[in-house]
Amino acid sequence: MSVASVFPLLEPLLPRVSKPIQYVGGELGALVKEWDAATVRWALMYPDAYEVGLPNQGVQILYEVLNELPDVLAERTYAVWADLEKLMREHGVPQFTVDAHRPVGAFDLFGLSFATELGYTNLLTALDLAGIPLQSRDRDEHPLVIAGGHAAFNPEPIADFIDAAVLGDGEEAVLEITDIVRQWKAEGSPGGREEVLLRLARTESIYVPRFYDVDYLPDGRIQRIVPNRADVPFRVHKRTTMDLDAWPYPKKPLVPLAETVHERYAVEIFRGCTRGCRFCQAGMITRPVRERSITTVGQMVQQGLEYSGFSEVGLLSLSSADHSEIGDICSGLAEQYEGSNVSLSLPSTRVDAFNIELAQELSRNGRRSGLTFAPEGGSERIRRVINKMVSEEDLIRTVVTAYTNGWRQVKLYFMCGLPTEEDEDVLQIARLAHEVIKAGREATGSRDIRCTVSIGGFVPKPHTPFQWAAMARPEVIDNRLRLLKQAINSDRSLGRAIGYRYHDGEPSLIEGLLSRGDRRVGAVIRRVWEKGGRFDGWSEHFSYQRWVDAAAEVLPAFGVDLDWYTTREREESEVLPWDHLDSGLDKEWLWQDWQDALSEYEQDDCRWTPCFDCGVCPAMGTEIQIGPTGHKLLPLTVV
Amino acid sequence: MSGFAALVAGTPKSYARMGRLTVFEEYTIARKPQPEKTQAPVVQRIRIRYAKRGPLRFTSHRDFARAFERALRRGGVPIAFSQGFTPHPRISYASAAPTGVASEAEYLEIALQERRDPSAVREALDAALSPGLDVLDAVEAGPGSLADRINASHWRIELPEIEPDVLRHAVTEFQAVSEILVERLTKQGRRTFDVRGAVERIEVLEPEGAPSGVVGVPCAILELVVRQVTPNVRPDDVLSGLRVVADLEPPVPPRAIRLAQGTLTAQGEIVDPLDADRDGQSSVNAGRGPAGAH
Repeated sequence: MSVASVFPLLEPLLPRVSKPIQYVGGELGALVKEWDAATVRWALMYPDAYEVGLPNQGVQILYEVLNELPDVLAERTYAVWADLEKLMREHGVPQFTVDAHRPVGAFDLFGLSFATELGYTNLLTALDLAGIPLQSRDRDEHPLVIAGGHAAFNPEPIADFIDAAVLGDGEEAVLEITDIVRQWKAEGSPGGREEVLLRLARTESIYVPRFYDVDYLPDGRIQRIVPNRADVPFRVHKRTTMDLDAWPYPKKPLVPLAETVHERYAVEIFRGCTRGCRFCQAGMITRPVRERSITTVGQMVQQGLEYSGFSEVGLLSLSSADHSEIGDICSGLAEQYEGSNVSLSLPSTRVDAFNIELAQELSRNGRRSGLTFAPEGGSERIRRVINKMVSEEDLIRTVVTAYTNGWRQVKLYFMCGLPTEEDEDVLQIARLAHEVIKAGREATGSRDIRCTVSIGGFVPKPHTPFQWAAMARPEVIDNRLRLLKQAINSDRSLGRAIGYRYHDGEPSLIEGLLSRGDRRVGAVIRRVWEKGGRFDGWSEHFSYQRWVDAAAEVLPAFGVDLDWYTTREREESEVLPWDHLDSGLDKEWLWQDWQDALSEYEQDDCRWTPCFDCGVCPAMGTEIQIGPTGHKLLPLTVV
Repeated sequence: MSGFAALVAGTPKSYARMGRLTVFEEYTIARKPQPEKTQAPVVQRIRIRYAKRGPLRFTSHRDFARAFERALRRGGVPIAFSQGFTPHPRISYASAAPTGVASEAEYLEIALQERRDPSAVREALDAALSPGLDVLDAVEAGPGSLADRINASHWRIELPEIEPDVLRHAVTEFQAVSEILVERLTKQGRRTFDVRGAVERIEVLEPEGAPSGVVGVPCAILELVVRQVTPNVRPDDVLSGLRVVADLEPPVPPRAIRLAQGTLTAQGEIVDPLDADRDGQSSVNAGRGPAGAH
């Protein structure tokens, strides 16, 4: 049975909402396939506004991988803003895809990519608008709701709202899920929803929360999480896509008409990171390092630019300067696009790996993107705690080199609220910034240099050595940020050259609740959503009070509270809500690393030193894949 | 989904998102002035007519401009750049239809650093733009400016759920007066201005059938020729004028389309501004006339 487009219903509403272009689709690279010709149909969602969600690599990759299959159809949907949500409710317009404006509720699968837990309320809006019951147990012939992305490494807070979660890389996972659903449908959907979820669970790499029961101790801690049937695994393992050269996506990047946060062709130059920064969940759960070869990167950039017409290339990874052939990649690309107004950017670069020659390559053509360095911690001591091995000398030398090479402004990124942090650690940020400006003025002989100090709040994440850590209270954070501001401005001349940007401690606390929450937190999310919570990743829409109130209303029944989830330090023996979800990291190793952090002991990077037994490679059957390949990017023939 | 999601969620300065996502923020920074790069000189100018159709009528002018610059790159059109520290592609736009209003007659001019056949440029750009942003015509620019040849527009407005007789009555009221003041929020703030003076022609078309395919629902159709004045009188301003004189309140949003813009003749016809450039040249019109004009 074919499914009609809801566009005729939507169209009269569009002149009444802001930025209607975000709801009409029509992107370059978008596909509209025949509904009836497809046997398996996916609706993919990035649960944030179109302008943030459209450039998301994860969704773009899966969209392309799925649509390459002749009998599979994949379309995209994004969170609608409050103005349209209200009109959709008034006029009975369901959550729709932007490709063919089909109702999300008609698809077989509804896959959501959660880069952050702050998208959880948007999940509920989308389900509700789609006519899909919020609770998994109330669903019948509705799409299977599947969560992915980094937040899916602890999906327990949304366990009641999703049917399944995928841990790790998605490319191969979506194909396997597609196969299972195709087969089940071909058999006439025997056993209904329960049966297909069971088949997914039996793969041992797809987590189906309904097949697991959580028991609690009288004090509120978890006693155990166990399967409630014999034929599902005790632990669910993450996925790792090996050989990125075999998966050169996106080949045809989506190019939107609407303005989005990134207007560039982005290519991942490697996945994974073994630097071992203890706060970094991405670096822990994406191991091991798998590089994409210089040759593939070059081909992808060439084809991606030709296809899209973008004038900027983003070389993405968790620490882009760490690619074994980054120098050759950048100089090769700069060579190729000399004089073409194409610019390169490396969005995430470590201070110690950064070299200014690289920056020069990046700025050779066209616009210059900003230089952001992330020492993360203000004092040497706290940098040892978080395992960010950057010396103050290195930092100052690198930044000064940037100034002498023509950059007049750099940004320094730090975190506040780190484990063991004292006021003094944060105040060191001011001293560091002062030193940077002093050294920069001396080296350039100019007073026309600036730096911006940007502070983010630390949030302890699952599957990291800091998963046991207590968060600092928001008032402690806010006080430190105030002291830091005073310290920066204590020297008027230097202070004038330093910009200061920070976020207060309250949103981080809520992110902390959602990151390390268990199934009981689901009731808080639902309550916040019922009270109007939407777009919690946006400071203008986030309401701390709404979360505090909802937590106070819902959690006492379970004998726990907001503090219990956030500012409480966990013991080694405590069962964590995600212990049955296997990221490959050995829990004993993580605990040891946590103890090393407390004794300010650093850990090396296993790319360049012997294995330190984090456990991932043997558990997952994976290995480090790095160059150098020794290849060079061949100059293109200019036509 | 892909374990990569978090990395690409960085946001530029203009987006007030918070929290850990801003770790990967980038922004363009000031750099010491460098010697200016000399740009290749302009050797040819091409004038283009394009359409904004269907759902893509919601493309704003800024959205279109970005898409058009990408289309120039995709299509390999050797666009010339402005001089200066941040060179911009040399594109000049004639007055653009408002966001949400469809158009069969938008115009722009591009300057090239290498000569190209205008019809090849038209094809390349049309292929490089999404369907719905359609490049209809391209001619090499002759003497005179494009803007000087555009002083009026022909609009058609569909008003679903309004009886033609009701609209006819409102139009009669409209024509009976010499000045109608309406308000609109402009970049300069709230402005009050006359809409009547700029309206050269206003009449009600007899519908040939239900325009949106919905049987049984009435739909009145308004035809307008409006002269270009300051502030510009747009279709929604004329509708505001009808509200002022006859309390006409469309129950659903009307759909407007620009059918033509150009030089208004004494006979009240609008001449395509590219016609003058075409004199002496072979026409490269693709023969894709106004599809919306039915």
